[in-house]
Amino acid sequence: MSGFIVLLLFIGAVAMWFIGAYNGLVGKRIACDNAWSQIDIQLKRRHDLIPNLIETVKGYASHEKGTLEAVIAARNSAVQVAGQGAAAQGSAEGALTSTLNRLFALGEAYPDLKANTNFQSLQEELSSTENRIGFARQNYNDCVGLYKTAKQSFPTNFVANSFNFEDRAFFELGADEKVAVQAVPQVKF
Amino acid sequence: MIETFETQIAANKRSTVFIVAGLCALLAVIGATLGGAVSNGDPSAMMTSLVITFIGSALGALISYHYAPDIVLGLTGSKRIAKVDDPELFNVVEEMSIAAGIPMPSVYLVNDAAMNAFATGKDPAHAAVSITTGLRSRLSREELQGVIAHEIGHIVNYDIRLMMVAAVVGGAIALLSDFIWRTGRYRGGSRRYHRENNSGGIFLVIGIVVALVAPIVSKLLQLAISRQREFLADATAVKLTRNPHGLSSALVKLVTDTDPLDHENRALEHLYIVSPTRKLNEANLDSVWSTHPPIRARVQRIMSLAV
Repeated sequence: MSGFIVLLLFIGAVAMWFIGAYNGLVGKRIACDNAWSQIDIQLKRRHDLIPNLIETVKGYASHEKGTLEAVIAARNSAVQVAGQGAAAQGSAEGALTSTLNRLFALGEAYPDLKANTNFQSLQEELSSTENRIGFARQNYNDCVGLYKTAKQSFPTNFVANSFNFEDRAFFELGADEKVAVQAVPQVKF
Repeated sequence: MIETFETQIAANKRSTVFIVAGLCALLAVIGATLGGAVSNGDPSAMMTSLVITFIGSALGALISYHYAPDIVLGLTGSKRIAKVDDPELFNVVEEMSIAAGIPMPSVYLVNDAAMNAFATGKDPAHAAVSITTGLRSRLSREELQGVIAHEIGHIVNYDIRLMMVAAVVGGAIALLSDFIWRTGRYRGGSRRYHRENNSGGIFLVIGIVVALVAPIVSKLLQLAISRQREFLADATAVKLTRNPHGLSSALVKLVTDTDPLDHENRALEHLYIVSPTRKLNEANLDSVWSTHPPIRARVQRIMSLAV
């Protein structure tokens, strides 16, 4: 009789552990997916800010057509590849970053533009969005790191393997974006 | 490194439970003693008093738990601001909440030349960060990022909940101890006239001892947690920003500020990024009576986390 109770308690404990391990994995996987969608939200935010910026700059530096058109083209191609996988997205966003840097550099050549409050606030918003994209990617990688650790740790790996918890990949900068990031102009004082 | 943070946060949630349990036990002792002292040691009166104390403090704790963040924001003179009031501050808060993977907390400003900041709330979904205008105006964007990351650290580590629960239950203990103290004095005075059966005397003595010791124990407990939480929030800030320089240079600026807060309140001391009362001593002083570790020790630990 007491042996039966011990057996029941043992089964109960294993079931409790199993539920905890399974739900823990689900929670970590959802965290990864949420973090990934946050990156997309911030990329979209950047795309949405650019038309406003173009309008503002046009008023002061309309004959810088080349730079303006490069930004518009880079933005449009970034919008087009949105949702087509990290590699295509990464290179389009990288190209957008480098054209945007050229656009902001115009502020140095046109003092009126630089003093424009709208231009200043757009500059703040876009550089903040740049930071947000970076932090969203960092958070995504933190989440993936936790998920992978849980998935591969003993004994949770049995639960992960038997219920086919699919893998999540770390975000890494594509070759094009690496070039763009490294090309960020050095600020000198 | 990430795993360490996860386990620290889990430990923090666990210690919330332990602290509440410990403080409840302390409350039970106080309740029973109070009943004993009032009824001259009648067991049923002690039991009733214990139950009443428990239900009363549970209700009080629940109510304060819901209203405490608003009360704290009110007491500190924090005013909620919108994005148009300070876009840069808003952006930094949003960037850091994205890095931490939590919803954006609401942002408050305290109109005060003293330099300080704090976070409060029930959980990451209902949180607020508040910063004085004095600190806001004197920080670079990098330093502001470090300070906000420290506050966001308190939010993701569930320090805001832990410290709030500890403060609420600690407050209840202080209140009850005070009550015993006064009841004891009243009964002690009246006994001389009535010369009644004296079995309540022993409870009177216990009550007085409890009334003296309980608030000190609960305060020391709160202080010990608070100091640990500051180190952890600093570490979280470095993890979020991947940059130890912003926070450490902000802390160095903070320690040179001798201007006390206008809305200074000892009960809220543990909330702030640096202690609002003993800033100058804080650079070196390490004591069980401090809410914060010495800033020099904090800066050393931050710089050792350089990633």
